[in-house]
Amino acid sequence: MVKEEQELANRPDNTAFTQQRLPAWQPMLSAGIVIPGFVIIGLAFIGIGVALFVTSHSIQVLELDYTGVENTEPCYRCSDPSSKNCVCTLEFSIDSLFEGPVFFYYGLTNYFQNYRKYGASRDDNQLSGDLDYFKSPGNDCAPYQYNSNNKPIVPCGAIANSMFNDTFKLYQIIRGSKKLVPFDGKGIAWWTDYNIKYRNPSVTPLKNAFNDTVKPLFWSKPAYELDPTDPANNGFINQDFLVWMRRAALPDFRKLYRRITEGDYAKGLPAGNYSLEIAYNYPVMSFDGRKKVVLSNVSWMGGKNEFLGIAYLVIGSLCVVMSIVMLIVYAKFKFPEED
Amino acid sequence: MQNCGKSTFKRTSIDRLMNVLVLCIFGFLAIMCTILAIGNYFWELNEGSQFIVFLPRQDGNKAAFSSFLTFWSYVIILNTVVPISLYVSVEIIRLGNSFYIDWDRKMYYARNDTPAEARTTTLNEELGQIKYVFSDKTGTLTQNIMTFNKCSINGKSYGEVYDYTGQRLEITEHTETVDFSFNQLADPRFVFHDHALVEAVKLENPEVHAFFRLLALCHTVMAEEKKEGEIFYQAQSPDEGALVTAARNFGFVFRSRTPDSVSIMEMGKQCSYELLAILDFNNVRKRMSVIVRSPEGKLSLYCKGADTIIYERLHQSCSKLMDVTTDHLNEFAGEGLRTLVLAYKDLDEEYFNQWQQRHHEASTDLDDRESKLDQLYEEIEKDLLLLGATAIEDKLQDGVPQTIEQLSKADIKIWVLTGDKQETAENIGYSCNLLQEEMNEVFIVSGNSPEDVRQELRNARTSMKPDAVEDSVFLPERTLGKSVKVLTDEVVNGEYGLVINGHSLAYALEHSMELEFLRTACMCKAVICCRVTPLQKAQVVQLVKKYKQAVTLAIGDGANDVSMIKAAHIGVGISGQEGMQAVLSSDYSFAQFRFLQRLLLVHGRWSYLRMCKFLRYFFYKNFTFTFVHFWYAFFCGFSAQTVYDEWFITLYNLMYTALPVLGMSLFDQDVNDVWSFQHPQLYVPGQLNLYFSKKAFFKCALHSVYSSLVLFFIPYLAMCNTVRDDGKDVADYQSFALLTQTCLLFAVSIQLSFEMTYWTAVNTFFVLGSLAMYFAVTFTMYSNGMFLMLPSAFPFIGAARNSLNQPNVWLTILLTSILCVLPVVTYRFLLIQLCPTINDKVMFKVRQAKATPPPPTRRTRIRRTSSRRSGYAFSHAQGYGDLVTSGRFLRRPAVSRSSGFTHIGRTTTGFSPMGRSAGYSPTGRLQNAKVPDVEVTSLQMYRTIKDPAL
Repeated sequence: MVKEEQELANRPDNTAFTQQRLPAWQPMLSAGIVIPGFVIIGLAFIGIGVALFVTSHSIQVLELDYTGVENTEPCYRCSDPSSKNCVCTLEFSIDSLFEGPVFFYYGLTNYFQNYRKYGASRDDNQLSGDLDYFKSPGNDCAPYQYNSNNKPIVPCGAIANSMFNDTFKLYQIIRGSKKLVPFDGKGIAWWTDYNIKYRNPSVTPLKNAFNDTVKPLFWSKPAYELDPTDPANNGFINQDFLVWMRRAALPDFRKLYRRITEGDYAKGLPAGNYSLEIAYNYPVMSFDGRKKVVLSNVSWMGGKNEFLGIAYLVIGSLCVVMSIVMLIVYAKFKFPEED
Repeated sequence: MQNCGKSTFKRTSIDRLMNVLVLCIFGFLAIMCTILAIGNYFWELNEGSQFIVFLPRQDGNKAAFSSFLTFWSYVIILNTVVPISLYVSVEIIRLGNSFYIDWDRKMYYARNDTPAEARTTTLNEELGQIKYVFSDKTGTLTQNIMTFNKCSINGKSYGEVYDYTGQRLEITEHTETVDFSFNQLADPRFVFHDHALVEAVKLENPEVHAFFRLLALCHTVMAEEKKEGEIFYQAQSPDEGALVTAARNFGFVFRSRTPDSVSIMEMGKQCSYELLAILDFNNVRKRMSVIVRSPEGKLSLYCKGADTIIYERLHQSCSKLMDVTTDHLNEFAGEGLRTLVLAYKDLDEEYFNQWQQRHHEASTDLDDRESKLDQLYEEIEKDLLLLGATAIEDKLQDGVPQTIEQLSKADIKIWVLTGDKQETAENIGYSCNLLQEEMNEVFIVSGNSPEDVRQELRNARTSMKPDAVEDSVFLPERTLGKSVKVLTDEVVNGEYGLVINGHSLAYALEHSMELEFLRTACMCKAVICCRVTPLQKAQVVQLVKKYKQAVTLAIGDGANDVSMIKAAHIGVGISGQEGMQAVLSSDYSFAQFRFLQRLLLVHGRWSYLRMCKFLRYFFYKNFTFTFVHFWYAFFCGFSAQTVYDEWFITLYNLMYTALPVLGMSLFDQDVNDVWSFQHPQLYVPGQLNLYFSKKAFFKCALHSVYSSLVLFFIPYLAMCNTVRDDGKDVADYQSFALLTQTCLLFAVSIQLSFEMTYWTAVNTFFVLGSLAMYFAVTFTMYSNGMFLMLPSAFPFIGAARNSLNQPNVWLTILLTSILCVLPVVTYRFLLIQLCPTINDKVMFKVRQAKATPPPPTRRTRIRRTSSRRSGYAFSHAQGYGDLVTSGRFLRRPAVSRSSGFTHIGRTTTGFSPMGRSAGYSPTGRLQNAKVPDVEVTSLQMYRTIKDPAL
């Protein structure tokens, strides 16, 4: 036996792997799988589509463009870049209860936050509160790295510099008098951004950390004074700042400004007339951009998006139609079993 | 070595195609980048220059400069269309498939412990595209063993075995063999199955005795008896060795010879025949005769030769016997046996003396000796009496006819290039099923002048295809650069064979005639070139390579095959037979010709299938990946913003998609090997380059365009202006990147699942594992810990947690993935239903059969009962008669032996070659050793026939 084995020393191993006999599942695109598969996918998609479509329809959205391109618009006067601290008021009415919680967004169009250089123009080290980077911000921030006196800009970079700085106040007009709708500015940014990604340096008072630095050129207030009402909402963890810093994927976008969750408006905005007071600071006319505010509520599928529901419906129906076509083809042309 | 030809760097056609494609891809990349650069120019003019409020241009707002930079940025971003990692993967796949060949037990030859060996790892997929096989004969198709199989004596055929009912039995290893123990001098290795013949010998049937006496006397074999009773024959041709050994076993033992005598043992009785003349063999005469005087003093002429020749010289009295023998000869020829007809005649003393006188004069004549001798021979060799016929089997290697049949079913054309003579080659052609009786015609080209050859080739072509165009038909050629003409395949009705001779081939290979030759040869199903030199072998291969867009394979075992092995696209060496030269210059080697079908129909086909699937899928996945960037450019100001996270870009080819596609290309098989053998037609798509071509590549690219459009625009539209279910941001860049890359990965994984037809556990593990790996890596990269360690390297912190918990994100992923594959599934399903390929049909059949079918019916010997052709084939060469009678090789003194036999003449213990026999080699080579294919004009080697009956 031993001798025999020696003689066959070169004989390859007899394993399923070396002999390419591994057990395997060999699926095939047979009619028995494909046609029922299409029917099932089609029906499931139609189901999902209906659910999405109905949900999307139940979401209320109110969009108000306040750029002031036409001179009939209330903010036309403010759209002139030379006007400073301009305030304009937009009147609108709601026919029926705008169910809460209502989210108040500001929207920008034709605004390229996804421009590569724009997006890269930030210093994550600085924003995570590393004081070394306060003194020498990263080169990506250029030209918003140092000011003309060669002082470091904190927070540096184009994104921070271009932070949206219009402010809004919403009033309900009840019998001629304005009633302020309370805004909730807490928790509008991602938890991870607020708690992990952006950190203030652990210096108290916060102001001291910003010694020998300058505020971004476009900013009217330094970072540590962004929210005078709440000391904890300042510096890099200011909610508005965080929202702005999460740059949009597409040139038309909206960002959360406030939530309406408190007081009389916790259930939503009742029908009636409203007045929106806008402190108009942010220039968009130069690049043909538009500014708007959006009032919206949400559902399990997020904000209003008709597309997804319709797409599911269309594709689901196509699947069903295709399955019928395939069935006909299969019945008519079923390929000959004999060669 | 001079005949070995030039070693060239071999590459596969897919390699060459890939090089062209890569060039195209570079061009395509340049076009894409140019489009985007132009886009950037206009964007900068129209939008970007106004956007400077928020992003001032340091370079002073020059749109042209910006677009220049954009061009190069996009070259960097879109460089993933150029498949750098493809080459690495291709090499890995080839390596894997080469190992499968090494590991295959069904290509392992236990008798000499030789596994198949892939000596190169770069040519595997080409094995699935072979169109022409050029095979050597001796040692490749045959074992170069001649066995005396059958004979016909005085109208009775011997050699078949019948059972009680008279049914012819299949002769196998277990068939009972004849016991030759009555004959002490019998060669124990000689095997014969028909007992009737030995009975006839024992009954002293005079014709049977005469038959074997002739075999023992009429030859040029040398006997060597080193020890008493142990006789070794040294025969110039294995045929002769086989015949003399047969006579030996049946009691007519040739023991020794001197220049003028032959001593044999006739049924235990020592006799010495006086050898008066040897009428030598040559290719024109196709016969040899001896004139001997028996111990009783009777003068006889014994003659053996080709049936056609001998029949012309028979006495009228034999006509009845001739008819019977002809039937037998046809039967033998039909079985592919090599036949010789034996005849004798008793001579008149007076006439012979006179003849001998004239013979002596003629042989000393100075001019025109040859023709005078021929005339004399002609004169005496007439009115012969027919004795019978012998049938010798040139033993084929196991499974050769079956292999050839399989290969021709796979539409592979087999050309046999051999140094053997025409008859021998033709005979082997029939016995290994290459030429068939059913063929409409077998053309023989043996012209001796260019005009003759041209005419013969023309005639052959017109009879195959009367309406053929006179000029060669070329395919429009489109390869880059070289404008080489390519001959089209011409279809003819019916099956034809072509046999061409060495000297005709020399003319046919000349530049003016090569196309003529190639056209005619390619119309035939089988081509046999005989008496070719090693160089001509290579030239034939090169001719086909040059004018045919086809992959060639050359298979051989000897040094004389090296040149063609090197010349062909793929060279295969038969190992373990003779020397290592062929193996050393080959790309694949194994021990038996029959393994070729497994190499091509199983390994080759799978390799090709896998490689093509791999390429199609690889291009698809990389193009899809890249094109998304292209679409995104239109929405981000052509700013070279990537869609995906940088980490994803880095790991996409490396980790997320590498293993599944490798798994597919290492394990995939459409049907298993048994089915591959059952349906050799599965091989045809490879020859036609159907699985991967420029067209297939273009289809891949289109598919990618579709997928990338879906992959970009569905997430775009689904995420546009939407928010999370708590009102927070989800349309931000990072979430969008994560969404798109997840969709992409799902889409390409599902696409892979549809490509894969063979899901082993490993494949499942790779596919699911890669997806799991993606999520594991993504969540790790986007985790708090990683960010806190290196804030600038992992800016995507939290993106996965914040967006992948949203139902609308998952609904988008589902929609995108399904939408990517639905059209593909629909298309394929309809294609299968409307115009199924051979693969679809066989796979469907396999599905129906479920379990593997019983192995193909055991190969049966291909029998044909009648044949209209001569089975004559005798690998003998001229000149040995003179050598034997001259006695120049019998210089050694006789060795005295303590033998009870009386010796007549000198013993022939050994002989040393002198003078004319300079080309002779005294080394007794192994039985398997073969004659070099090229016949050395007249003096070939004597070899010891040790084992003629093996």
